Amino acid sequence: MATKQIGDVILDVKNISLSFGGVKALTDISFDVREHEVRAIIGPNGAGKSSMLNCVNGVYRPQQGAITFKGQTFSHMDSHQVATMGIGRTFQNLALFKGMSVIDNIMTGRNLRIKSNLFLQALRIGPAQREEEQHREFVEHIIDFLEIQAHRKTPVGQLPYGLQKRVDLGRALAMEPQLLLLDEPMAGMNVEEKQDMSRFVLDVNEEFGTTIVLIEHDMGVVMDISDRVVVLDYGKKIGDGTPEEVRNNEEVISAYLGTGH
Amino acid sequence: MQTTFPQLLLDHAAQRPNDAAMREKEYGIWQAITWGELANMVAHLACGLHQAGLRQHDHMVVIGANRPRLYATMLAVQSLGAVPIALYQDAAAMECVFPLNNADVCFAFAEDQEQVDKLLEIRDQCPQITNIYFDDPRGLRNYDEPGLQSLDDLIAEGKNFAVQNPGFFKSAVDQVKPDDVGAMFFTSGTTGNPKGVVHTHDTLLNRARAGAEFDNLTHAEDVLAYLPPAWIGQNIFSYAQWLSCGYVVNCPESAATVTIDLKEIGPTYYFAPPRVFEGLLTSVMIRMEDAGSLKRKMFHYFMSVAKRVGPTLMDGKSVGLVDRVLYAMGNFMVYGPLRNNLGFSRVRVAYTAGEAIGPDLFSFYRSIGVNLKQLYGSTETAVFVCLQPDHEARADTVGVPCKGVEIKVADNGEILVKSPGLLKGYFKNPEATAEVLTADGWYHTSDAGFLDAHGHLKIIDRVKDVGRIKGGVNDGAMFAPKYVENKLKFFQHIKEVVAYGDGREKVCVMINIDFDAVGNWAERRNLPYAGYTDLAQKPEVYQLIKECVEKVNADLSVDTLLAGSQVSRFLVLHKELDADDGELTRTNKVRRGFIAEKYDVLIDALYGGKTSQFIETQVKFEDGRTGSVSATLRIDDTKTFTPVKAAA
Repeated sequence: MATKQIGDVILDVKNISLSFGGVKALTDISFDVREHEVRAIIGPNGAGKSSMLNCVNGVYRPQQGAITFKGQTFSHMDSHQVATMGIGRTFQNLALFKGMSVIDNIMTGRNLRIKSNLFLQALRIGPAQREEEQHREFVEHIIDFLEIQAHRKTPVGQLPYGLQKRVDLGRALAMEPQLLLLDEPMAGMNVEEKQDMSRFVLDVNEEFGTTIVLIEHDMGVVMDISDRVVVLDYGKKIGDGTPEEVRNNEEVISAYLGTGH
Repeated sequence: MQTTFPQLLLDHAAQRPNDAAMREKEYGIWQAITWGELANMVAHLACGLHQAGLRQHDHMVVIGANRPRLYATMLAVQSLGAVPIALYQDAAAMECVFPLNNADVCFAFAEDQEQVDKLLEIRDQCPQITNIYFDDPRGLRNYDEPGLQSLDDLIAEGKNFAVQNPGFFKSAVDQVKPDDVGAMFFTSGTTGNPKGVVHTHDTLLNRARAGAEFDNLTHAEDVLAYLPPAWIGQNIFSYAQWLSCGYVVNCPESAATVTIDLKEIGPTYYFAPPRVFEGLLTSVMIRMEDAGSLKRKMFHYFMSVAKRVGPTLMDGKSVGLVDRVLYAMGNFMVYGPLRNNLGFSRVRVAYTAGEAIGPDLFSFYRSIGVNLKQLYGSTETAVFVCLQPDHEARADTVGVPCKGVEIKVADNGEILVKSPGLLKGYFKNPEATAEVLTADGWYHTSDAGFLDAHGHLKIIDRVKDVGRIKGGVNDGAMFAPKYVENKLKFFQHIKEVVAYGDGREKVCVMINIDFDAVGNWAERRNLPYAGYTDLAQKPEVYQLIKECVEKVNADLSVDTLLAGSQVSRFLVLHKELDADDGELTRTNKVRRGFIAEKYDVLIDALYGGKTSQFIETQVKFEDGRTGSVSATLRIDDTKTFTPVKAAA
C-alpha cells in the first residue's frame, strides 16, 4: 500500500555519549534518520530514549559525538536553533498551557513564524492583523486534521488526556517541522486512543511528508507504524533495523524478556 | 405543480443564483455555497457520472455525513434519471452487502477513508461495484484500487465533458419525469433482510410541499442537517423540503460539534427524536444544579411559572394579567437565555417523532416558548401523514391528517393511510408490497390507534401487540402493553416495564427501577441500601412505585378505549433487564415473550395472588462470566379506578 519515497539521510547521530556525573546515560550511540521515514527508538525503562531525544533537540549537551542535521554538523544542538532549523517535538508529560484554549496553545507553535513586531501585534493593526489571520487559518487546518473542532475554545486543562496529547501534537505541527520528535505519544492511552494517535502519526507522515522520530513503549504500535527501529538498553544501542529484523534480534529479545540463567 | 428534484435546483439557480443554498462549517468558518455554484457543481458531477457510465434507472449509493457534496451527488444522480440510495454511515460493512446487491449498485459515493475502506472490504461480495468516488482524500493517497477516484477528478472530467456537450445536462434534466423513481430507502427491518422502499420524485416532493404549506415554511428558514442522510426524515427535512422551499441547509463541522453549531446557526425549523430533546434537557438540569443558589432559585421559580402559564400561552389562549407579567419577566431572565443556550432562540417550528415523548419533557419545551410539535409518518409514507397544528400540540396525540391524506381505522384497530406520498412498493419484493399496500390503495401501517374527538390521531401500540383482557370485570377490554409501559416509563424513577394482560383477567406489570434516580431519591431521604437488589425491595421504594402506577391507573380510567388496561398488581424486579441476558433487544425494547418464559414463576405469582415470591436468576457479565442473583420479591396490589365512561 505505502508508496512513499524515503529519501536521503536528514539526521545523522554519530558516537553520542552522555553522562550525568558518574551515570552513563548514553554510550557511543550512532544512528541515522532518512527523510520521510518513521523511525522509532525503543528500549526498557531507563534505557536512555528520552535522553537521546533531548540531545537531538538541544536540551542536553552530550560530552562526545556529533549530530548532523540537513548537512550541518554540530557537537551539540542549541534548542532555539533547533526549532528554527525545523525540528519540532512533543512531550512525554505534556507541556501545554493548561489555562489557555486549544486554539491559543496551537497558535504558540506559530510563534517562530510571526514576522510583525510586538508593537503592531499588541495593537493588532495593519500587517499584524493580516498576519494573525494567516496563522489562524493554518491553525484551523491543523484543528481539522486532528479532528478537534469541538474543542477549539475549551481550556486545555479541561480536556481528557488523550485529547491533550493531540493538542500537543498540533502545537508541534504548527511550526511546520521537517523533523518531528514524539516522546511517547501513546503513553497512558487506551486502545482506541492509541489507534487514533497511530492514525494521526501515519497521516502526518504521509500527507505532509514529515520525518518522524518517536519513542514508544507499546511494541505493537512501534512494529506497526515504524519503518526502522533503534533499540537501546542501558544507554547502549543493541539493535537497529526494520521492525522484522529487530523482532528477531537475540539481544533485543533478552533485553525485553530477560535471559535464562 | 408536479416537478422533479433537479428541476427545482435549476429553478432556484435561475431565479436567485447568488443566494446561499447550503452552508458548511469548515476551518472554523461557515462557508456558503450559492444556488448558482451548486447547480454548476451538480451539472459537472452529472456529466462526469454520465461519462463514467451511469445511466437512467441505475442505482448509486451515497454513504457519508451531511455534506454539500453528498447532496450535490444525489442531485446529479437524479439529473440523469438514476436513483440515489443513501446508506447509514455508521452501518457495519457487512450490513451494506444486502442493499448493494439487492439494488444491483455499480456506483458509490463514499465520504472519506472510513467509508471507502468499508466498500473495499465487501468488494468480493459485491463484485458489480465498478466505481467508487470519495469526497475527502485524506489517507487515501496511496490507495491503488480499480475504479477508485476522487470526486474532484470526477468534477474536473465532467467539466470537460460539459464544455464539449453544452446542452447535455439541461436535456438530461428535462427527460426526468415526476413519476420516475427518485430515491430508494432501506428500512432497518427488525426481522429478516432490509426492504428497499421505492419513492418517486413526486411522492417525496408532494409530501415535502404538504408539510411546508402546513407550517408556512419559506425560503427564509435555516435548518441544521445533522441526522443520517439515509433516514427518510433527514431526506425530507434537508433535501426535499430544502429544494421545495429553497431555504438554507447548514452542515455541521463534525458529529461532535453539533451542539455548538446548533447554537451558532439558531435554526428556525428543527427536527429531533425525543432522546435528543431529553439529552438537551438533562444537560441543562445538571448545569443548573451546579449554579449559585440565587440563580437556582430564580430558575426554579420561573420554571414553575412557565409550567403553569407557558403551555396555555403556546396554545394561543389568554391568561391573567399577573401571570402574563410574570411570564414576561421569566422570559427576559430565564426562558430567553435558556432558549439561546439550547440553540432554539429562533425556532419557529420544531418537530419530534419516532417514539412516544414523555408529557413532562414535551411540556418543558413548550412552556419555555419552543413550538415543539409531534408528527406521524414512516419511510413508506414519505413522512408526513399527521401533523400537530400550532396551538394544538399534545403529548399523547400525533396531530391531524395533513393535506391529501385520508385515514381509516380497520376493524382490528390498525391505521390505514391513503396519501399521494405512499411508496411505489418494496424493491424486488412484491410479496412484502402486497402485504402493506392493498389494491384499493390503502397502506397498512401496522400501528393501532384511533382518531379522537378533536380529530387528532392517537397511536396506541403495534397492532400485533394489542390484545384483549379475558375474564374478570374487564372482559373483552382492549389491552395495549406498550401504551401502559410507556406511561409508566415517563416517571423518572422507572426505567423499564413489562406489562402482561393479553388473554388474562387483569393487567400485571414487572418494573425496573432507575437505579440512579431512585438511588438519589433514597439518599436524600437517608434511606440506606446495599445495592440494586436491596434498593429495589425497600418498602419505601414500593410505595414510591405504587404511587406512579396508581397515577397511571387514574389516567387510564378516563381513556375510553384503554380503561380496562389499568394495572392491578405489580412487582419490582431484582435485576435490571439487560440485552446481554436476552431480555431486551439491542435497541433496548423489552422482549415480553422471552421475559414471560424466563420469569414464569413471577408470572404465576402475579396472577396466583401470592404476596411474595423467591427467584434466582442467572446473569451474564460483560466479560462473559456468569453469576446468579436471588431475592424474594414482594408483590403489591394497586388501586384501580372505575372507568369514567362506564360510570357516566
